[in-house]
Amino acid sequence: MSRKPYVRPVSKTGWYFKHPRYLRYMSREVTCIFIGAFALLMVCTLERLSKGQAAFDSFMAALTGPWSALGLLVILAFAVHNATSWFNVTPKALPVQMGEEFLAGKYIIGAHYAVWLVTTVSVLLFAGVF
Amino acid sequence: MAKSNKPIFWSLFAAGGTLAAFLAPVLVLLFLLAAWGHAPSVLSYANLHAFAANWLGKLALLGVITLFLWHAAHRLRVTLHDFGLRQDGRVALVVYSVASVGTVLTLLYLIRI
Repeated sequence: MSRKPYVRPVSKTGWYFKHPRYLRYMSREVTCIFIGAFALLMVCTLERLSKGQAAFDSFMAALTGPWSALGLLVILAFAVHNATSWFNVTPKALPVQMGEEFLAGKYIIGAHYAVWLVTTVSVLLFAGVF
Repeated sequence: MAKSNKPIFWSLFAAGGTLAAFLAPVLVLLFLLAAWGHAPSVLSYANLHAFAANWLGKLALLGVITLFLWHAAHRLRVTLHDFGLRQDGRVALVVYSVASVGTVLTLLYLIRI
């Protein structure tokens, strides 16, 4: 080891601003904050649901409005970002070997997007949106 | 070989992330419609109660909510390290505790419905 090792100064808290690739990485990681917040919102919804109709209806009334709509829109954006970034790495996470060759990544990604579309439409149908 | 609890938390993270990828956008959309004043019929008290009263509905809600929670908890633990918070032990304790409490509360509310 050298006597004066060069230690490259790296900010512990701001390193991800140094390169767009790092920023894209962080944008994928922070989706978990929004998934977690939404999970807690669902826990609260269940709590209100278990307390009866009056409690549930006032909760849903309190949820109606531009600010919660804006918050949910931000959560939706990060949820979509989690979905697309998750599906786009599936060829690396779930490689499919066929004989000597590996199935091209676009088919694995495409299959995930197709299932995502079917799932989304099914839930919307079940929820009575259409 | 040294024993590690990492595979448990990692598999919950992976399962939750996959489930969130397929389901989180559409579920958030349902709440967004409600916030916008166009609540879908499933978010009415009668319909949601009927869904959560059914054992299959309970299982679906339990699976979705708890896996979302454990996915977020594990990823947040790693992300807080990336943000410069170098106290992994404490961070892990806090995030996994929140996920555990959320899991217990979800179970409790589902049993009450």
